Amino acid sequence: MEDLLSNVDWTEIGWASWDTLVMVGMSLLFSVLIGLPIGVLLFLFGKRQLLEQPVAYAVLSFVVNVLRSVPFIILLIVMIPFTVMLIGTSLGVAGAIPPLVAGGAPFFARLVETSLREVDRGIIEATQAMGASVKQIIFGALLPEALPGIIAGITVTAITLVSYAAMSGVIGGGGLGDLAIRFGYQRFQTDVMVITVALLVIFVQVLQMVGDRLVLYFSRK
Amino acid sequence: MIVFDQVQKSYQVGGRAIPALHPTDMTIETGEVFGIVGHSGAGKSTLVRLINLLEPPTGGRILIDDENITDYDAAELRAFRRKVGMIFQHFNLLSSKTVADNIAFPMKLAGIYSKAEIRDRVEELLARVSLTDHANKYPSQLSGGQKQRVGIARALACRPTILLCDEATSALDPQTTQSVLKLLADINRELGLTIVLITHEMDVVRRVCDRVAVMDAGEVVEMGPVSEVFLHPKHPTTRDFVFESESIDRDELQEDLSKASGRILRLTFKGESTYKPLLGSVARESGVDFSILSGRIDHIKDTPYGQLTLSLVGGDLEVAMQALKAADVHVEVLR
Repeated sequence: MEDLLSNVDWTEIGWASWDTLVMVGMSLLFSVLIGLPIGVLLFLFGKRQLLEQPVAYAVLSFVVNVLRSVPFIILLIVMIPFTVMLIGTSLGVAGAIPPLVAGGAPFFARLVETSLREVDRGIIEATQAMGASVKQIIFGALLPEALPGIIAGITVTAITLVSYAAMSGVIGGGGLGDLAIRFGYQRFQTDVMVITVALLVIFVQVLQMVGDRLVLYFSRK
Repeated sequence: MIVFDQVQKSYQVGGRAIPALHPTDMTIETGEVFGIVGHSGAGKSTLVRLINLLEPPTGGRILIDDENITDYDAAELRAFRRKVGMIFQHFNLLSSKTVADNIAFPMKLAGIYSKAEIRDRVEELLARVSLTDHANKYPSQLSGGQKQRVGIARALACRPTILLCDEATSALDPQTTQSVLKLLADINRELGLTIVLITHEMDVVRRVCDRVAVMDAGEVVEMGPVSEVFLHPKHPTTRDFVFESESIDRDELQEDLSKASGRILRLTFKGESTYKPLLGSVARESGVDFSILSGRIDHIKDTPYGQLTLSLVGGDLEVAMQALKAADVHVEVLR
């Protein structure tokens, strides 16, 4: 056993896990804060929707698509100057968060748009017939009705961010991915690689489980 | 009073205007139950949505209590919609809210009611639709009929003067339909609410409506008191609906008639005359013999009626017809 895991420094693993947790947590928070309103706007501006705006929809949709079509590993590099401008460094946990948000927010926005589209049009119509304003329709009917879908979207985004956060190790992002690349890959320490991967798997499993529980709790259908 | 003045609606499809409602004049009196019957695609859904401007008209004026609602700005329109309740075929309840919260929802949106007012009103409405025990359930835990009763309670929350019913019973089984229609009739009677009801079932019209408009291909083809339209349909579409509701097979009927001998009459009784022992005495007086080919005794809203198709042989036909007419029976000679 000692031999098998000779290269593993558990303190290091502990800190790396914590870093991954912080990166995913912070970037998830900002992805939701930015992605939710964008998703709502995408939905409202869409064809035959409440605020149908073909031009605004096309512009917003294009920006989201561009961010989503750039492979994350490239986005990490492209974002470096911007990240330095924003928080002074492109390294470490803090430096990884802006590119993670740039990848996570548009992804989440699309998921929000989709779950809003799944709300029965009849419910929107009924709410309109009660004399609700657009704002009231969004906050009173649309978002509560789409909540289970939005929570499922947060879960998927969180899991995507776990793998993105691991990738950020390539540009010196910190966390379990950084550990896996520096020790597991560059120094051929297979045991470190196995442990980090195992931890990432556990992390994703836990996220999915919590997400599923929450969706179930908020589903009244 | 709801007045349609040359109201029309068309949709733009690929640069062409497809008419959904041809210019229509119509008056719906305050406090009546007005039915609109038509096949799917006849334009009845569009018509009912014009009344609360869920669909804005492309022409004409809609006057409600002498106010032209097509002139309203956004805020006026929202205030107006609070006074027009609406229920739907698929109920359209919010699945994320409890029964009580669904009923409270329009009052909360209105923003002019206190918490205590909302609570009291919800309690009152729950009792009215007999769902007090289900206040904290979610819609998914209710049956179809219960869901529609929540829909009705929700529509009544802000004390509307008009209630629009969009195929409100089409998703319900016959027994539940019966109870929902009874509830609507009670509401109409007790609250004096104007009800506009669209349906594809003539039976629904027969049970609760005072007047009816029959729609076909975006046009109102026949309109009048239900007893008139139902017992003496003029337009082919109306006849189709009446036959359908009485489950009469036209070919079979023709065959039955062709086998009968003598004159064929259709007698329509309404009100008191329905229960009079008329046929026997008429037969004795005039000496005609009769056989009944088809018939139905039923109610239109609260009025009993009967409609019999008879073949008459021998005797003095003129005397028989006179006697029937004298007894307030509508006589129609079919052959």
